[in-house]
Amino acid sequence: MDAFILQILNGLDKGSAYALIALGLTLIFGTLGVVNFAHGALFMIGAFVAVTMQKLFSLSFLTVDDTQKDFLGNPLKVETPYVEAWFGENVGNWLQDWSVPLAILVVIPFMFFLGFVLERGLIKHFYKRPHADQILVTFGLAIVIGELIKAFYGANPIQTPPPSTFIGTVDVGSWLGFEANTIAYPTWRIVYFAFSALIIAGVFAFLQFTTFGMVVRAGMADRETVGMLGIDIDKRFTFMFGLAAAVAGMAGVMYAPILSPHYNIGMDFLVLSFVVVVVGGMGSLPGAVLAGFMLGILQSFASMNEVKALLPGIDQIIIYLVAIIILLTRPRGLMGRKGVMEE
Amino acid sequence: MSKSNFTRRGVLKTSAITGAGLMLPTYLRAENHTGFTNAPTGNTVKFGFNVPQTGPYAEEGLDELRAQELAVEHLNGIGDGGMLNTFSSKTLDGTGILGKKVEFVTGDTQTKSDVARASAQSMIQKDGCVMINGGSSSGVAIAVQGLCQEAGVVFMAGLTHSNDTTGKDKKANGFRHFFNGYMSGAALGPVLEKAYGNERQAYHLTADYTWGWTQQESIAASTEALGWTTVQNVLTPVGAGDFSSYIAPILNSGADTLILNHYGGDMVNSLTQAVQFGLRDKQVNGKNFEIIVPLYSELMAAGAGSNIQGVYGSMNWNWQLSDAGTAAFVKSFGEKYGFPPSNAAHTCYVQTLLYADAVTRAGSFNPCAVAEALEDFEFDGMGNGPTTYRGADHQCFKDVLVMKGADNPTNQYDTLEIVEVTPRAQVEYDPEHPMFAGGNLGECNPGA
Repeated sequence: MDAFILQILNGLDKGSAYALIALGLTLIFGTLGVVNFAHGALFMIGAFVAVTMQKLFSLSFLTVDDTQKDFLGNPLKVETPYVEAWFGENVGNWLQDWSVPLAILVVIPFMFFLGFVLERGLIKHFYKRPHADQILVTFGLAIVIGELIKAFYGANPIQTPPPSTFIGTVDVGSWLGFEANTIAYPTWRIVYFAFSALIIAGVFAFLQFTTFGMVVRAGMADRETVGMLGIDIDKRFTFMFGLAAAVAGMAGVMYAPILSPHYNIGMDFLVLSFVVVVVGGMGSLPGAVLAGFMLGILQSFASMNEVKALLPGIDQIIIYLVAIIILLTRPRGLMGRKGVMEE
Repeated sequence: MSKSNFTRRGVLKTSAITGAGLMLPTYLRAENHTGFTNAPTGNTVKFGFNVPQTGPYAEEGLDELRAQELAVEHLNGIGDGGMLNTFSSKTLDGTGILGKKVEFVTGDTQTKSDVARASAQSMIQKDGCVMINGGSSSGVAIAVQGLCQEAGVVFMAGLTHSNDTTGKDKKANGFRHFFNGYMSGAALGPVLEKAYGNERQAYHLTADYTWGWTQQESIAASTEALGWTTVQNVLTPVGAGDFSSYIAPILNSGADTLILNHYGGDMVNSLTQAVQFGLRDKQVNGKNFEIIVPLYSELMAAGAGSNIQGVYGSMNWNWQLSDAGTAAFVKSFGEKYGFPPSNAAHTCYVQTLLYADAVTRAGSFNPCAVAEALEDFEFDGMGNGPTTYRGADHQCFKDVLVMKGADNPTNQYDTLEIVEVTPRAQVEYDPEHPMFAGGNLGECNPGA
């Protein structure tokens, strides 16, 4: 039973990442009709905003310590972070320790702006082009972004730890009446799940309960009619691209302590997220979230030793297997609607 | 009135023969007048440095490239000479090789076997390289080694740790300076016994390809010989990223030790996530839960940060060694690039010098003469103590380092500390050892 619960927790945690990326993909597809293969790269940029914050707070000046030697036998150059020199050791340490959550404050406006620039500067020129063209240009963009990140940050994963308060595990088992430490789960992963749930709820609330959201939903359903009513729907859709980029960025920032960011991290998630979108139903926001969590949990269960003993290699194909079954039985995906992505 | 002798059949035959002739690889044509592939004819000779410059092992690859460039500089008499000053063989004098200046071309393997083979093939056919060096994956090394054997050039492997490279997949034209999985197991065994005793329940997470399989086999054999039990071996896909699904089952498996047969980014991720799951804070079977990473690299250790503290592993070489060869190399490399070299860099640097030395001793670039000069060659002064390139399998035998994540690193370069220099005798094995059996070195191929 404990192994079962652990894998559900794992699935929720993985599913959170899938759902957040798929949510952004669906927002872009539902509003602008663009298949955005650069969305994984936006997730990666978010992760590297966390890395950049960590590096900024660690920026140091050098002083020569004659009492110590470096690897070549020269006097050691000791690094002192500027934040420690400027704000004192306590505040400096706190800023370095909390660099990941603080990166959220930066990533929201940054990704909004980046999304706006991408949409106005590049993507909008491909609205009337075939989906294949959109895929090619956005995929190319993802590769360019990945290579730029590699040029600046190198190819190796970069450790981006969470605040020390969130290092360690939470005894989830004790909440459920199990013996102490039977089901211990990393604290930051639980924070990540809670954060994802909050963002997903926030996006849905925004679309459901605001006038802006109502217009966007109307535009998603019938763009031409909304336009004829004198509403500049393109401007709102550009905003939605920015929002989708910000969601991907926030997902990336918070995921950085779970998976050390590297230049290819976006690609790792991209393919799976597209499967999630297709399984959930093209253009369906609740479908994307539902499919994200469902496939995350299934993938976790498929990784259990008992399951792999029965079906070797199932952990590698489970998502695609389920996608095939769902698309055979429900061609529009779990919550897809008639007319979306259908000519 | 003239009569043409052309017939449709005749034209087709002639075209086919001409086409086939043009399609013949250049190395097959070049050898006709030289006796071996890509025999250098001018006053230069060209090496091919085939390393991952993109992909998961790019950092290792780029460090290899730095060392290879440094080796070429030293061979051509530029710089302070590095290990040429400490190498026991004194044939190299900084004037190139056999009077020819050394040039090189580089390729990007991307850590993909097909890409690496295509890159090496281009180096041999298009660029006329006499030797291919580098790489950071056993799958790639085995693939490129096979190609070099067919093409008739020497392959001086880079970072490849699978037993198979000089075991079942060994080739007469291929040579490995780097150590292997068996040696890691043999070196780590006694240290682990001393640190953790004889009664441990070990759980293995293993990268699902040749290197992971042979390292797991070697480490399991070594630890089981101590009295440890292997609870489970779980194969994980390369580049899995999130290993949480594989780590969660360990928590209640009864295991008190986790052995991570992972390398590069996979190792950084799996170790970090194992620590996040609280494994190192656990007590199982009345013992502290321990993690072991049998194959370390400095670049991985830097990536894993504080998670590596106290974790045992092994290395082929480390810049903190105090011998003269190491000091010379670290000085050259450190002054040129501003940081110490990795063990991937070291092995490629040494391989380049060893090849050059073998050519000089043989008096020829003919790969078979070079191979003969390398076989059973004994040398010193290259950072690993007295070393032998065994003729039976083309594997170098030398001391192995047992390492541990430093508890109190003072800078980003001393994240690992040397626990023990395991003497060479302890890691030697018979060429027909079951873990290496099944292969055939075959005959050296000069390409003729």
